[in-house]
Amino acid sequence: MKISDVAAILQADVLVEGNMDTEVKTACGSDMMSDVLAFVKDQSVLLTGLMNPQVVRTAEMMDMHCIIFVRGKEADPMVLQLAEQKDITVLQTRYRMFTACGMLYEAGLRGGCEKE
Amino acid sequence: MSGLSLKYEVPGDDFTRAGEASSDVKRKLKKLGYDPDAIRRVAIAMYEGEINMVIHAGGGQAFVTIEPERVDIVLEDHGPGIADVEKAMQAGYSTAPDQVRSLGFGAGMGLPNMKKYTDEMTIDTEVGKGTTLKMTVLVNHKS
Ligand SMILES: Nc1ncnc2c1ncn2[C@@H]1O[C@H](COP(=O)(O)OP(=O)(O)OP(=O)(O)O)[C@@H](O)[C@H]1O
Ligand SMILES: [Mg+2]
Repeated sequence: MKISDVAAILQADVLVEGNMDTEVKTACGSDMMSDVLAFVKDQSVLLTGLMNPQVVRTAEMMDMHCIIFVRGKEADPMVLQLAEQKDITVLQTRYRMFTACGMLYEAGLRGGCEKE
Repeated sequence: MSGLSLKYEVPGDDFTRAGEASSDVKRKLKKLGYDPDAIRRVAIAMYEGEINMVIHAGGGQAFVTIEPERVDIVLEDHGPGIADVEKAMQAGYSTAPDQVRSLGFGAGMGLPNMKKYTDEMTIDTEVGKGTTLKMTVLVNHKS
């Protein structure tokens, strides 16, 4: 699916608009950045409840295209600015982590971790 | 042959800036046309090391040498050192305080990740003096 589809499914606000036509197949949901960094397998979407610049850095190192902040956290301008620099789309959804992940999984997005 | 040598100061007092050095190295490697997989391995390993210097050692310095076949990363700090390296290398082992965990780090995965993504890694550390971490990623240079 496209990032625009992800946004539609989660009824998300687009906080930083990168390329919404980018195809994404896999995602990863975590609040521990080292856990995210442990499984490099072309995951292109990161769902997280954390709001700090290191979330963007982590996505950057992993070549991820889209960050989704779950359960409507207040956005930090510094985070958004960094994402814009790195051409990473930032979405925000009012759904909580479990629900957001479930909705995307149901729509066909997969984990893409080595163990799956 | 001599490669491109880079040096970075990694400030220890600003968590929000951690990762700038790794980001810069990543950008340079991309520009030079290195293999994306190698770039990602360098970026992740160096980023984990940079974060470690910031959260465990009050900052330090990073030295990176880029050559056609390899990227060498040296991370040097004058922090507390690591008392038991074998233990520190275990997945899940972390001495990070809760405040660090609330920022998304302290899973005890950094050093195991660095080991996994690099072709060589050595840790030279002394309690009370500091830590020097050396990593090498072998690359297939394209273009
Ligand atoms: N540069 C360093 N100076 C002093 N101690 C360090 C340094 N790097 C790592 N350590 C010690 O080794 C432990 C394990 O490091 P590791 O990077 O694997 O996990 P972490 O940093 O605690 O958590 P994570 O990397 O998952 O965020 C740390 O908790 C810390 O005690
Ligand atoms: Mg670490």
